Amino acid sequence: MAFLDQHKKLERNVSLLFVFSLIAVLIGGIIEIVPLFYVKNTIEKVEGMRPYTPLELAGRNIYVREGCYLCHSQMIRPFRDEVERYGHYSLAAESMYDHPFQWGSKRTGPDLARVGGRYSDEWHVQHLAHPQSVVPESIMPSYSFLKNAVVDTKHFADHLKANRAVGVPYSDAMIENASADINAQANPDVDAGGLEERYAKISVRDFDGNPEQVTEMDALVAYLQMLGTLVDLEAYKQNENLR
Amino acid sequence: MKNGTEAIILAAATFLAFLAAAGASDDLFKAHAWVLFFILAATTVVLFRRVEFAPAGETFPPKDTSGYMDDVIRYGAIATMLWGIVGFLVGVVIAAQLAWPWLNIEPWFNFGRLRPVHTSGVIFAFGGNALICTSLYVVQRTCRARLFGGNLAWFVFWGYQLFIVMAATGYLLGSTQSREYAEPEWYVDLWLTIVWVAYLIVFVGTIVKRKEPHIYVANWFYLSFIITVAMLHLVNNAAVPVSLTSGKSYSAFAGVQDALTQWWYGHNAVGFFLTAGFLGMMYYFVPKQANRPVFSYRLSIIHFWALIFLYIWAGPHHLHYTALPDWAQTLGMVFSIMLWMPSWGGMINGLMTLQGAWDKLRTDPVLRMFVISLAFYGMSTFEGPMMSIKSINSLSHYTDWTIGHVHSGALGWNGMVTFGALYYLVPKLWNRERLYSLRLVNWHLWLAAIGIVIYAAVMWVAGITQGLMWREYDDQGFLVNSFIETVSAIHPEYVMRMIGGLIYLSGALVMGYNIWRTIRGDLREEVPMGSVASVTRIVPAE
Repeated sequence: MAFLDQHKKLERNVSLLFVFSLIAVLIGGIIEIVPLFYVKNTIEKVEGMRPYTPLELAGRNIYVREGCYLCHSQMIRPFRDEVERYGHYSLAAESMYDHPFQWGSKRTGPDLARVGGRYSDEWHVQHLAHPQSVVPESIMPSYSFLKNAVVDTKHFADHLKANRAVGVPYSDAMIENASADINAQANPDVDAGGLEERYAKISVRDFDGNPEQVTEMDALVAYLQMLGTLVDLEAYKQNENLR
Repeated sequence: MKNGTEAIILAAATFLAFLAAAGASDDLFKAHAWVLFFILAATTVVLFRRVEFAPAGETFPPKDTSGYMDDVIRYGAIATMLWGIVGFLVGVVIAAQLAWPWLNIEPWFNFGRLRPVHTSGVIFAFGGNALICTSLYVVQRTCRARLFGGNLAWFVFWGYQLFIVMAATGYLLGSTQSREYAEPEWYVDLWLTIVWVAYLIVFVGTIVKRKEPHIYVANWFYLSFIITVAMLHLVNNAAVPVSLTSGKSYSAFAGVQDALTQWWYGHNAVGFFLTAGFLGMMYYFVPKQANRPVFSYRLSIIHFWALIFLYIWAGPHHLHYTALPDWAQTLGMVFSIMLWMPSWGGMINGLMTLQGAWDKLRTDPVLRMFVISLAFYGMSTFEGPMMSIKSINSLSHYTDWTIGHVHSGALGWNGMVTFGALYYLVPKLWNRERLYSLRLVNWHLWLAAIGIVIYAAVMWVAGITQGLMWREYDDQGFLVNSFIETVSAIHPEYVMRMIGGLIYLSGALVMGYNIWRTIRGDLREEVPMGSVASVTRIVPAE
């Protein structure tokens, strides 16, 4: 066959083999990934989305560090049972500020995309420290050390700057106040200093029941309690078919 | 002076690690820099003790570079074996943690931190060392040329081990990007990039200086694997570090774009690391062990190009019914199904290579290992396309079915073909007449096969049980099960899964013993395979 004779050239020339292989493996990725940066339904903005507060971002970093995503998804699929169990299916826009995304790939535990506000802070603290004390059959590891680990706020402005560099719209005021905002959100007695103007729909309270210091437990619970709460889904549903 | 320059460079690197530890702006990075410091300090000491000076006025005789460079491959074979055992062991531990949560020891040995140690340990430490070691062996033989670049191959070997140790210690300390199979943070990624480019140079350089006009098919697969992994690694790990003194970085992409980039990477880590690269291994060792030529030259061309072209598209099947646009999901599904054909092309080419040599299966357990490995390759590349069909995926996704699928591929295909390659390589590399014991190879074969079958079967049951329980409604239209009920329901399967893994691990330990005795030069006196253990002589009646 003529085609196979042509192939002999590739088999004798490593540069050609290199180039042809590279072309073969480039095509699929380009066609699938590049449009996602341009098509409407992956870049549309939805009312209510805002960047994470510094405390929530610190909590999110703990979520990443501990590998929570290995057992908990944050992506509700549009099935009757999932919507009834976890809430409205997840929208693309809801993870638009997630660097990296936390959709997960396995549900050894339940989905957490809309866990915010479902349980009390006390429940979360108790559950994270000793999961079996609130859910006896749970196979989750315990995270009691978070209660004693103090959040490192010193260089937190750098975290917001890095996020801004990859496209999260943190304002100069947000960056400037990053460290102070962590303390202000976890301690209602501190002067918030404009925190609530900078971030809409924000909960300011002592999350872990220990007002002495801002712990990693504070940060993680603050993050969990805001998951899926930013978008007003009733309003979204009404507009859904108008597009 | 021997080893002098290398020792000085290492000492400088140790000093840099010390500076990083001193200047770190977060505790995690500081701890990890200390780990690096102690590793480098220890290796510097070892290397300085090995510095040799030629007697005054003389120089060392030039190194003999006429033959193949096999020292580094001997190290690679041992590293493959040891990392394999470590990776399987961690797998058994985390399987036990899922059955009995009190086995978690916070914070370092919680499931969330150990799981990447297992996945990276098996894929990159065991699989990666197997690929580097066999590719450098195969490329020399099929090109009839010594490795290009002299000591660069040693840099690749040790550099890669350093990457593994830094990745694993990072996971335990909590350093992760949360990208599955690409967890190491930016500084470890940069190091891997350097090592990988060196690997590419050694491999391509050896092909360039080949004495054989034709580039053998195994090398096409190895080459495409090295190129594609480089591409995937660079794009998927694009991130902005918080600062140069911080171990934390934020991904360049967010949300949907980030998810597809990650699974474009994740699926092709399977497609190129665990498939194309291992097919390269298969294309050399199966014909060698069977002592038969590859079944079809044309099939190898067609399935090579089809495989590498189609694999790249399959990533979106990890994101069915998510916020990823439908057209991308459908593309991913269609290409995954098409991928079934080139995958089976490889299996057929491998299995049919045994044409005319099937009788050897009776007497050669190493060849049996290759055949079982190809059988598992065929089964998991059928199961994969099936699971990528959206309606099946709606049940299987997020469940243990996926975990079972991955393990029938990793334990069955990658594990078995690597074991076979090691059994082929070790007597050759150490100039031994044969393996210490073929009967032990047979034991390993069956322990591994039984372990995989238990593992895969109970994960099917666990996955389908849980998937069905999640969507179970009663006749009033209410969900029947709370989430935790679906967890308790699969506890027996989790216990069985751990036992399956334990059996597989015990097989690997048998291999470790067998290979150790082989390297020592021992030969076990045993009845050859395929003949009856003891033939009672028939004594005629008087």
